[in-house]
Amino acid sequence: MNNFSSKLVENVVNEFSKLPGIGRKTALRLALHLLKEEKSEVELLANGLLKMKDEVIFCKVCHNISDTDICNICANPRRDPTLICVVEDIRDVMAIENTSQFNGLYHVLGGIISPMDGVGPNDITIKQLVGRIKSGVVNEVILALSATIEGDTTNFYIFRQLKEYDISVSAIARGVAVGDELEYADEVTLGRSIINRLPFENSIRK
Amino acid sequence: MYLKQLNLHNFKNYTSAELTFSPKVNCFIGDNASGKTNILDAIYYLSLSKSYFNLVDSQNIRHGEEYFSILGKFEMGGETTDTIHCIQKLNQKKSFKLNKKEYQRLADHIGLYPLVMVSPYDRDLINEGSEVRRRLIDSIISQFDKLYLDDLINYNKALAQRNVLLKTFAERHFFDQASIEIWDEQLIQLAQSIYPKRRDFLQNYLLIFNHYFGLISGGKETVDIVYETQLAGQSMGDLLAATIGKDRIMRYTTTGIHKDDLVFNLEGYPVKKFGSQGQQKSFILAIRLAQYEYIKQLKGYKPVMLLDDIFDKLDNNRVEQIIKLTSENSFGQVFITDTQRERISHMLHEIDIDHKIFEIKSGEAFELQNHDLEIL
Repeated sequence: MNNFSSKLVENVVNEFSKLPGIGRKTALRLALHLLKEEKSEVELLANGLLKMKDEVIFCKVCHNISDTDICNICANPRRDPTLICVVEDIRDVMAIENTSQFNGLYHVLGGIISPMDGVGPNDITIKQLVGRIKSGVVNEVILALSATIEGDTTNFYIFRQLKEYDISVSAIARGVAVGDELEYADEVTLGRSIINRLPFENSIRK
Repeated sequence: MYLKQLNLHNFKNYTSAELTFSPKVNCFIGDNASGKTNILDAIYYLSLSKSYFNLVDSQNIRHGEEYFSILGKFEMGGETTDTIHCIQKLNQKKSFKLNKKEYQRLADHIGLYPLVMVSPYDRDLINEGSEVRRRLIDSIISQFDKLYLDDLINYNKALAQRNVLLKTFAERHFFDQASIEIWDEQLIQLAQSIYPKRRDFLQNYLLIFNHYFGLISGGKETVDIVYETQLAGQSMGDLLAATIGKDRIMRYTTTGIHKDDLVFNLEGYPVKKFGSQGQQKSFILAIRLAQYEYIKQLKGYKPVMLLDDIFDKLDNNRVEQIIKLTSENSFGQVFITDTQRERISHMLHEIDIDHKIFEIKSGEAFELQNHDLEIL
C-alpha cells in the first residue's frame, strides 16, 4: 500500500499508523472517513486533540490525568483520605472506579519499575507517594499493581519505602476468578491459590 | 495416549503429507536428508510447541512459502480424540490450538502430551555447557510442576532485569543499593522454591537412571549424577550479598541457580573426560530412558518415544536393549528413523509387535505394506 494518489492523504495515513493498535489499512480507512466528513466535524477532532495535549494536567495530589490542579476524586470531600490505592495508570483508576467498591483516594505511579524499559524508582511517582504518607492522614495503602514480576518488584520497593511509617500496607487478592469453575482455572493460578489459601473466616461476610 | 494422524503443510521439506500411525511402532526409512527427522520434529512440535532443532519458528517454513501447518490427532483412550494444530505464518505470531481453541499461554500445553526424544544431538548433554543440562532437568520437572515452570520464567525475568540494572549502573558510574535489593528479594524467593525442587527431583531421578544404566551396560560400572549448585551450602541471599562487588565489575549476576550444573560421573570420574565413546553413549541413553520412565510414572501413562537415528549411533548391544524394552511393551508409541530398510525389517521380524513402516523420499511419505517388504 504505497501508491497513494495524494501525498496529503499519505501523510495522514502515516501519522495514524503510528498509533497503537492501528495498522496501515485501518489508518487509510480513518483518513478516508475524515475526508468525507463535514469540515466542522474534522475541526472538532483536530482542535480536541490539540486542546487535550495543551491543557490536560496531572493532579497535584494523585498524579492522575485531570483538567484541574486537583482531580475530581481527590477534591471530593466524601471520599476517605485515610485510604490510598496505588495503581500504574489511569486505566486502572477507571477499572477500580467501575467496581464502586473503593471510596478512598488513588495514587497513580505512571509506570512500574523495569530496568529493561529504562524505568527506575525515580522515574515514577514513588517519592510523591511517600510525601503523601508523611503528611499524616493516611492509615492504609493498598497496592493494586499487575501480577507480574515487575509489578511485584514495584510493590516490594514501595513496601520498603513505607516501612518506617505507622500505616498498614496491603495488596489486592490474587487467585481464582469469581464465578469460575475450578477445572477451568489455569494451573498456575490454581496452584498459587492453594499455596496462598485464606482462613475461611475471612470469606464469611460480616 | 497415542498420535493417530499427522498432517503437514509446508513444514521444512514437506509440501503436504498425511500420515496415519500405528499405536505401537512406526518406522521411517529413507536416505539422508530425505526428511525422516523432520517428521519427528513435527511430532515434537505437537508436544512441546517448538522445534527440537531450530528455535526460530519461521525458519521451519518450507523455503519460498508463506506458512507452515502441523496438525496432529491424539487418541486419548475411550472415545476422546484431541486435535492439536500449530500454524506459523511469516512475520506473525505462532498460532497453537487444542481442539480449535487457541492457548492463552503456550506453557499450559507443555506436559499434556508428553514425549521423549533420543537423538544424536544428545551428546551435547555431555559436551556442551551447563545450560543444556539445566534445560534437561527443567524440561522434565516442568512437565508435571507448572508452578516450577512459572517460578523459573519469573526467575529468568528478574535475573535479566537485575543484569540490565548492573549494566546501566556501570555505564553511568552510579549505584543504588535499594534498586538492586528489590530484584535480589525476588531472586531469593524464587531460588528458594526452585532449588529444593531440583534437588529432590535429582534424588529420585538418579535411582531410575542407575537402573537403566545397569540394563544398558550390563551392570559393571557405578555411575552418578552430581548436582552442582552454589545453593547447597549458602542461601541465595548470602550469595548475592557476597558477590555484589564482583557482579558490579562483571556487569551481570554471577551467582544463583542459573549457574547450577550436573556432573556425570563414571566410577567417580567425569564421563566427559574419562568415559569412552561407548560409555558416553550408554550414559546418554540411560538419561533419556530414565526421563521416559520418570514421566511415565508421574503421568500414569506412556509418553511418545522418538528414536532418531539411534541404530547408526549405537552398537548392537545397546540397540538390542532398546528393542527388548520395546518388545516388552515398556514404551507406548514409538517413532524410529533409519537409513537402512533391512535393519528395521529385521528388527520388527524379531519382535512381534503392531507396526507401520513409511518410506520417505525427498519430502514425501509413503506407507509400505507388508508385501512391499517381502520383496526385499
